[in-house]
Amino acid sequence: MLLTPRAGFIWRNLWLAAWLALLITPVGNAQDKPYFVTYSHDLEEPGNLEIETKTALGQPNGGNRFGAMAMELEYGTRAWWTTELYLDGQATGSDSTVFTGWRLENRIRPLMRDHAVNPVLYIEYENTSGADKTILEVTGHDGQAGLAPPNATLRRDHQHEAELKLILSSNVKDWNISENFISEKDLGHAPWEFGYAVGVTRPLRSAASSWECTFCAEKFIAGAEAYGGLGDTFALTLRDTSHYVAPLIGWQLPKGVRFSFSPGFGLTSTSLTRVYRVGLAFEFEQIGKWFHSSNGGAL
Amino acid sequence: MTRPILALLLIALSAMLAFAAASASRWQRVPAKDHARTNPLAGQPEAIAAGALVYRDHCQQCHRANALGDGRKRPPLRSEGIRSATDGDLEWFLRQGDLHHGMPSWSSLPQAQRWQLVAFLRSIQ
Repeated sequence: MLLTPRAGFIWRNLWLAAWLALLITPVGNAQDKPYFVTYSHDLEEPGNLEIETKTALGQPNGGNRFGAMAMELEYGTRAWWTTELYLDGQATGSDSTVFTGWRLENRIRPLMRDHAVNPVLYIEYENTSGADKTILEVTGHDGQAGLAPPNATLRRDHQHEAELKLILSSNVKDWNISENFISEKDLGHAPWEFGYAVGVTRPLRSAASSWECTFCAEKFIAGAEAYGGLGDTFALTLRDTSHYVAPLIGWQLPKGVRFSFSPGFGLTSTSLTRVYRVGLAFEFEQIGKWFHSSNGGAL
Repeated sequence: MTRPILALLLIALSAMLAFAAASASRWQRVPAKDHARTNPLAGQPEAIAAGALVYRDHCQQCHRANALGDGRKRPPLRSEGIRSATDGDLEWFLRQGDLHHGMPSWSSLPQAQRWQLVAFLRSIQ
């Protein structure tokens, strides 16, 4: 939907609210990997709330430049269960700024121990318009042609989708290696669509410094991810869909702020030539204790 | 007549075993290989100082700055339980967490930082 003056006021002031909360709430260190599409088996610490923005910047052939932002509110419900709400919007040059919908997801670790490969089950409901350009995953035959039409045309299409992911993730020495298998289903009469994401990251240094520092090597995590579509139930294929490879860099700043950046490169003619991603995250400690008594173990 | 008595005995035996298992030290679950590991950074002042910063960033929010917990479900880390564990036990526990009871797995931390944390925990006992 196009933002009314009132909705625009609320949207802009979400940021102001986040900054105010940052001033009055203890913040911790968001230590997630700097993946934008791939998920590892890291979950949010129980009781913590992380607010993260993931922005994608790109330009489809025959279309205008766009910037699409997903604001992610991630809460650690339990040590084995994280729940997230995404609010998506985008602005397209020479066009308009639109709110494109929301997503609710849950990630659950079924195994309580750390293993060589750690599975996580991901379940998501999406209520978005066709104007959503956040590219949080690529499935089916997604391509840049779907990003080029004007917003007024794109937002006529409305999607109610369920998405299931199998996340497999390993920590080998100081490397994280993650593989995601994505299946998505429009809750109307549409086939299942499939996609993948794989990623690898490593901190630039393993040991922590014994003094406060912002630019120490251990504050940076580097890596790469690759993601793309795998067609649908009618045509399970790597063709006629988008594939990207993207180096990643994450920087852990003081006061629980994390910055991440990734230039992505399209590998097929249906992919965007380049997509730049910027992420900014704040982690608020122990929001959960405002609502209920603490949980924890005993040693 | 003997069947109900046998069933009762089995239930009682199961309950006793469950109680015994729950009472046993959590370190008895640590694999022998991990239990026997030693901290390569043990006692190093730099490792302890770095471990203190890792503790502040990741552990303090639950276990408090003084590592005494909240007196309820978030346990103190200055305790007989910690003192009785080997360095290998502690590193294993940090890696595994206790997801059922709210302790996250810290396998996402580099191993060197987990050893720094163990060095710090030892220093505050």
